[in-house]
This record gives sequence, C-alpha cells and structure tokens, in this order.
Amino acid sequence: MTTTAEPLIEVRDLRHDIAGRCVMAAPAFTALRGEHTLLLGPSGSGKTTLINIITGLITPSAGDVKIDGKPMSALPAAQRDQLRRRTIGVVFQTLRLIGALSVRQNLALAQTLALGRSDPALIDRLIAQVGLTHRADARPRELSQGEGQRAAIARALCAQPALVVADEPTSALDDANAVAMADLLLETADATGATLLIATHDNRLRERFSRTITLAAPGVSA
Amino acid sequence: MTLAGLSLAYLRDRALNTALNILLLTLSVATLVILVLFSSQLSERFERDARGIDLVVGAKGSPLQLILSSIYQVDVPTGNIPLATVDMLRSDPTVAEVIPLALGDSFRGYRIVGTEAAYIDHFGGIIAQGRVFTGNHQAVLGAQVARQTGAGLGQKFVGSHGLSGDGHEHAETPYEVVGILAPTGTVLDRLIITPVGSIWAAHGFTPPAAEGAAEAPAHTGHDHNDHDHDGDRHQDHAAEDHDHGAEGEHAAHGGGELEVTALLIKYRSSMAAVRLPSFINKQTQLQAAAPAVEMTRLLSLLGVGIDAVRAFAVLLMATSGLSIFVALYSALRQREGDMAMLRVMGARPPAIFGHIILEGVLLAAAGALLGVAVGHGVVAAAAATFPQLQDMGLTGARFEPAELAIVLAAIGMGALAALIPALKVFRVDIARTLADTR
Repeated sequence: MTTTAEPLIEVRDLRHDIAGRCVMAAPAFTALRGEHTLLLGPSGSGKTTLINIITGLITPSAGDVKIDGKPMSALPAAQRDQLRRRTIGVVFQTLRLIGALSVRQNLALAQTLALGRSDPALIDRLIAQVGLTHRADARPRELSQGEGQRAAIARALCAQPALVVADEPTSALDDANAVAMADLLLETADATGATLLIATHDNRLRERFSRTITLAAPGVSA
Repeated sequence: MTLAGLSLAYLRDRALNTALNILLLTLSVATLVILVLFSSQLSERFERDARGIDLVVGAKGSPLQLILSSIYQVDVPTGNIPLATVDMLRSDPTVAEVIPLALGDSFRGYRIVGTEAAYIDHFGGIIAQGRVFTGNHQAVLGAQVARQTGAGLGQKFVGSHGLSGDGHEHAETPYEVVGILAPTGTVLDRLIITPVGSIWAAHGFTPPAAEGAAEAPAHTGHDHNDHDHDGDRHQDHAAEDHDHGAEGEHAAHGGGELEVTALLIKYRSSMAAVRLPSFINKQTQLQAAAPAVEMTRLLSLLGVGIDAVRAFAVLLMATSGLSIFVALYSALRQREGDMAMLRVMGARPPAIFGHIILEGVLLAAAGALLGVAVGHGVVAAAAATFPQLQDMGLTGARFEPAELAIVLAAIGMGALAALIPALKVFRVDIARTLADTR
C-alpha cells in the first residue's frame, strides 16, 4: 500500500455545478490516516455532494480529489469502483441494508464484494463490537433504528477500509443516542484502523472531533 | 455471501411470488414435455409395429380400422375374408410374403392371434422359453402376456370369445403354452400366438373361420357369417386336421368357408405397390390398406389436436415469461436503492447485471426442471393408470432430445425476461437514487 506520510484524503479547489448553478464549493483540505474529520455544514451546503465526489460516485465540475494518493475524480469508472471497493466504507443515514439478507449476510456480502472472500471471524468480531450479536441473524426490517445504524457501521468496516465515510449518521437520533453513535463510530474505526469522515449538520458531534471542516452554502462563502 | 447468493436470497425473500412464477412455468413446460413424450413415443411405436408391412388386406370397411386392428391390435377387425385370398396373393410374383391373421378371441384381455410362425419372425421375436408351436391348440405367449398372467410352459388356458375378455369361453378347446417370447418392444409382447387352425377349431370346427368383428359378448347373431358364404364351403381345408368335436356347440356357424381376418403383405417389387391395392379393392369382399398412408392420415388428424395443445402450451410459456418479467421489473424498482448500495460497495455494473439475469435464470431453470419432472410423472402415472397407454408402449422413464430444447428455451426466456430490468443497472444514477429513495 501507500506510505502513511501521504494524506488519505486530499481535496483541492473542488466545485460542483448542476444545470449551471453551483451546488457545492469545498475549501481545500487534507486528512491524514487516523485523523478523524467532521464535515459540518447546514442543509443545502453540499455535504452529500462532497461525500459523493470523495467516494467517486459523481464527477466534480472542477477541482480534484485524491484518495490514498490516487486521483479519484480523474480515474475511469472501473478503476474508481475498484478504489472505492478497496479503500472506502460508507454509512448512509438511510442505512441501505439489504432487506433480503440478515445482518450477518449483509456484512458477508460487503466483504465478498470488496475482498473477493468473506471472513466470518472478523464479521463476528464486528457484530460483537457494535453490540448486535443477539441480532446477527435478524433481517434489517426487524431491527430498531439504532440497531440498524449499528449494523450499517459494522458493514462499512467489515472490509477493513482505510476510510469510512458517514453521511448524517446521527440526524435521526436523540442527543444521548447521537453521542453514543459517534462514540461507537470512533471506537470501531480505531479498532479496525480506519479513518472517519463524517458529514453532518449535527453540532452535537462537534465536541467529539478534534478536526472540523465547515462547508458553507454556495454563494454565501465567497 | 456472493451476488449469486444474493439472487437466491431475493427469490426466497418474495417466496410466494417466486413459487407462483415457478408454478406457472412448470405447468407450461410439463404440458410441452407431455406432448413431446406422447407424440414421439407413440409415433415411434406406430412405426416399429408397422415396419416391413407394405399392405394389409382385410374385409371391406374403414381402412384405418383395418390397420389398427390387424397391425396395432387395438381396434375391432372389419370382418373376415376367404382363406382362398391367401393362396391367391401368395401366387402373385410381386408379393414376397403373406402372413394371415385370424382374430377374435382373447385371454384375460390379451388377444389370441391365429397366424403362422412367420408372424413372430416378422417382429424379430425370439423364444425365451420353450419352442414355437407345431400344431393346433399350442400357444406362444408374448413377454408381457406371460409376465402379467404368470402363465408358464405346459399350462393350459381357455380363450374367450371376443376381444374384451368377457365373451363366453371356448372351454372345449384349451390352449397349451409351449413357448414364451423375449420382450420385443412391439405389439408382439402383448399377444398370444397360435396357429390359424386353433382359432378355427375353437370356433367349433373346420368350416367357420375366425370371427372377425367378434366383439359380441356371446355367440348370438353372427350374421356376418351369412353374407359371404358362396356355397362352395370347405373348399380349402380338406387337408387340414381340425377338431370337429365341438361342432354341435357352434351350430350357429354351421358350415362356412374357412376364413381369416386379415393378411399382412410384404412386396417383392415396387410394381406391387402400383398394381396390388387397386386390384384388391376391386374384389367385392376385400380391401387393401397401406399402413404408411393410414397412419399418416391418423397422425395428421391427431396432429391438429396436438398442434392446438402445443400452441396453448407455448402461449402459457410466454405468459410465464411475461410474469417473470413483471415480477423482476417491479422487484427491481423496489430494489433500486439496494442496487445503488451494491455499486457503492464496489460491485461493477456487469456483475450486478449478471446477478439480475441469474435471478430470472434461476426462476426459469427451477420451473423448467420441475416441469420436466412433472411431465414425466404425469406420463408415468397415465401409463400406470391406463393399460391401453401402457400397451402403446408409453413410458415416463425415457427422455427425448426435444426436452432439452424445451428446458433451454425456458431458461433463455427467463434470461430474456430479466434482460430489461437488468439493463437498468447501467443507467442507474447512484447518487440520485441514494438521495431520492429514502
């Protein structure tokens, strides 16, 4: 792999337009390995767009993103998928657990897609870490919101990615649970050696993160 | 958990829908398989039994009935013809072989055929036990007859009048089993073969020959013996050694010309095909029927029905294809989020495309294989339930190449039904899907 000296995320002059209108303009920033980062900004500031660009799901109108030293936004689609598969785990607010599969199978599928094989021991360890051992064979629809969120975190980590990106992971939770969720993310990320990038408008998380990037709504910042 | 495993998981997740789609396809595939089995086994059987027989000569009536009764032993004979016809045809230089048949009696539902040893040779019959008959009242049993009746060599049995087995018994002229044939896979397996003379004897004496349309349960109203007697009776059997003992019993037959039911003819030269049928048909009492012509006619009659059922089955198959398409299409609409998530987790579009196609193929393959199993099961059950079908040689244990084509067509249809939903994976806007479907 790459040397640790290289930043895991490197964002420069990033801007995205839709139909000629700027929907996101990000300040330049880098994140080293182990440097958990909170991406704060109000609704409409383009946090999700930035996350999608960083994960290679959309191509920015201008600027570039390097993930683990590789130019994500400049790569062809197949290599972009490969880079994401190998380096990034994603947690969405809507969870997106696959309903036809149990928690354990969701993790196994993510692992197989990323690594080409599944590691049941690691899956069990992760499920235990997020406190879902007793729910491992339950379907997502049988889980509570909090349980589902924990399952989604375990899934994002099960291929042991260098970077875990979470989009609004706590917005549906009350104060106590939001903080607990952030703690769980930090804990499990540290346990697997992953670096967190959390996009949120949730100021409750601010105190948990030493590093914060603030995204202003486009047109306001400049 | 692989993408293939995910295909299965999705099918399991909507189990009822999956089961219904499989059932629909099973029905159409089973219908097609049953048609294939029926038509191929029956036409093969028809062909095998009629092989080597160029012409059948019998009493006037329906030519198809003549063929069915004298070659396939399924219908009632058309009547009798004078024994003199045998000699007349044997003296014809264009005829290679004439095998006479005297029908009309049966034993436990198995037809007793009065004929010559050449009849056994014609079907390639091989004596498994005992020997060929050498005189009257001796019988050689077909393999199936021996198996079903449990008759062994040296045992005696009494034939009953008529082909249905409920006629009166010719108790005074019992047959002795002298030989049992090895299975031939032809009509021979379910026949009891005896010299023509035995049949004459069973019917009382030398004169009245085998009674053709002997479906009458008892010896009443044998009016067919009355109209073809020309007064010159007994002309052909002077040398025959017949048992006249029962003559009184069969008084109704009182004095008739020796008759047979039908003649199986092999041509020596193709000239015969041109000349012989028209010559025979000009005779007042005789008709000639070519098995090839009559069976083609029968199959073309049946063919209309078979075609209709086949069209129905194909329609059913198209319906099940459409049903698989609808099921996958609506399922995938609900799964657009899953599909986007698979892409986020690093699955390439071709892999997801394959996973959706696999879902259609798995459905279709399950339906197709189940359909083949059900088809064979139904044919086997039909053969077990209806002895006539078993007599026709119908079996559920044989597979036809056409079935493979049906299975492949069904699987191809499953893949095709999945194609349009699967192609969506190449067009899906992951970012928008993830944002929209909350």
